[in-house]
Amino acid sequence: MIFINQVLQGVLLGGYYALIACGLSFMFGVMGVINLAHGSLAVVSAYALYVLADRFGVQPFIGLCVVAPLMALVGWALQRLVLERSARGGLLAPVLSTFGLSIILDNLLFQGFGADTRSLAPYIGDLSYDSWALTDQIAIGKLAALTMAVAIVLLGGVQIFLNRTLIGRAIRATAEDPDTVGLVGVNARRVNAVAAAIALATVAIAGAFLGMRATFDPYAGATQLIFAFEASVIGGAGSLWGTLAGGIVLGVAQSLGALVNPQGFFIAGHIAFFAVLFARLFLGRFGERVRIAVGGAIRT
Amino acid sequence: MSASKAAVERWTPESRIAIGAAAVVLVVLAIGPSIFSANAVDKLTTLFIYVILALMWNALVGFCGLVSIGQQAFFGLGAYAAIRLANSGVGVYPSLFLGALIVGALSWPLSIVMLRLKGGEFAIGMWVVAELAHLIVNLDTLVRGETGTSLIELDAYSSASRRALTYWCALAAMTGLLAIVFRLLRSPLGAAIQAIRDNDEAAESVGVRVVSAKRLVFTLAAFGAAMGGALWVATALTFQPKAYFSPLWTAYMIFMALVGGLGTFEGAILGAVIFFAIDTWFGAMGVWYLVGLGATALIFALLFPRGFWGWFEDRTSLRLLPIGYRLRLPSLNRATADRRPDT
Repeated sequence: MIFINQVLQGVLLGGYYALIACGLSFMFGVMGVINLAHGSLAVVSAYALYVLADRFGVQPFIGLCVVAPLMALVGWALQRLVLERSARGGLLAPVLSTFGLSIILDNLLFQGFGADTRSLAPYIGDLSYDSWALTDQIAIGKLAALTMAVAIVLLGGVQIFLNRTLIGRAIRATAEDPDTVGLVGVNARRVNAVAAAIALATVAIAGAFLGMRATFDPYAGATQLIFAFEASVIGGAGSLWGTLAGGIVLGVAQSLGALVNPQGFFIAGHIAFFAVLFARLFLGRFGERVRIAVGGAIRT
Repeated sequence: MSASKAAVERWTPESRIAIGAAAVVLVVLAIGPSIFSANAVDKLTTLFIYVILALMWNALVGFCGLVSIGQQAFFGLGAYAAIRLANSGVGVYPSLFLGALIVGALSWPLSIVMLRLKGGEFAIGMWVVAELAHLIVNLDTLVRGETGTSLIELDAYSSASRRALTYWCALAAMTGLLAIVFRLLRSPLGAAIQAIRDNDEAAESVGVRVVSAKRLVFTLAAFGAAMGGALWVATALTFQPKAYFSPLWTAYMIFMALVGGLGTFEGAILGAVIFFAIDTWFGAMGVWYLVGLGATALIFALLFPRGFWGWFEDRTSLRLLPIGYRLRLPSLNRATADRRPDT
């Protein structure tokens, strides 16, 4: 029974990982950029929501109506000022510059808010601890269920957006070949900036759930980046539904690892990540084909 | 494909003077503990470790195009291996080197998996390696979790002889690694490695064995970072896993390599000296110091990707060390971008 409960909680935890991985996976799939400031930006969003709630009494879900558009603007600026410039400097520059950015953000947060941990849980009433009891030993937290639902809606929404809308198709075309899209009248610079804006709006949503489900501190970004990265690589980098599957695999591995050892939570997650890498290495081209077949629309 | 004939042709009058000057500096440094103050010896030991870290990260990224955010894995493991070996009865100074060798050897199989990842995926993948290494080291009862432990075996030495011995170990490790990287870059393999950095598919197409060259550099960089960690624990005495496995170490390496000049041998040394000076003057500023480091890395990555030494080279055409790209052997002229032609 404990085992079943751990698996169930792991699946729900996977919803959060899918949520935090969504923006990273989207940016990697569409723009081929891995944004190392991803986790720090999620933490910045959580702090922004915290300030709104703490100083101005704005409930986090309403606060998102302000913070998500703001983060979209940040994404636009990030693309124009950092990623676009650094893409010209070769493949290494985006990695170096976004890592530099994450150090700046983490330490500015520390300067502004100190080392205390914060949480958004006090501002969402009983949602933070309410649950539905299935049996005596198994309960589903309402917040965890909401996180999963939001992850599915968000990933599905992004997928539909990419497949069905004009701008979504322009984003995919730009990802294929930024030079050729210019010939058919697509402004590649603008399309990439829109893509970055969307990615960062999803980061704001992830930041909200980060703050609601647990505590965070100025240096929490590194862990969020690593979880997001693991979920997106396990699921097949750049594929959105794969990201959901990857998040669930990561969450289940972690919650089962926690049964074994207090440190097992993190260790099992990392081991799951390396196990998938190993499997890909030894399954070779077959695995690659499966991944592409499962992986879906964006990158292939 | 012996490089010996070609290598002779690369020497210029400036590079002869520079190598001569470097030899004199090394001799002076070698007798350092008997002529410098205790404080200066400690500072120089720190500087040597910075040079090792900058050189190794620069070799990995600047010469091979592999950006890793996880070199703290090897830094921490090097320190841990030294403590483990010293605790099990190996002499404390031999265990610094032996520990680094073991970590270097472990990194060879690791490279098989990690080098399958490209670009940013490799960068964060290495970070995951560091996190996992940190957690596993924490499981060792000797380390006592985040409380940490110390290199207690160093108590057998008086503080004066400990200072001198650690200094000499750091100097020897730095000189040895500088010599290895220098030899490596002058060899045909060095040309191959730099061809990989410029374009690994093109390099492969002209017959460079990309994977084995990358694995060699990966292993060397892991060994070097482990050496840095082992030496660091010999100077700091205490080992807290969180401090040694912190990505800040990689941030320092990035800072040194970027500011000094990615992909230039001299740049790694220059970067380490600049970082050492900044660390001495501004280190006490804490958070703002770190913000400044991050901002500098961001600005250099965006605007001055070749760093100070690259900028200096472009303007003066001065070559202090004879590591030209172009060997006179006709079979080797094909693969390399000719950014540093011999004069």
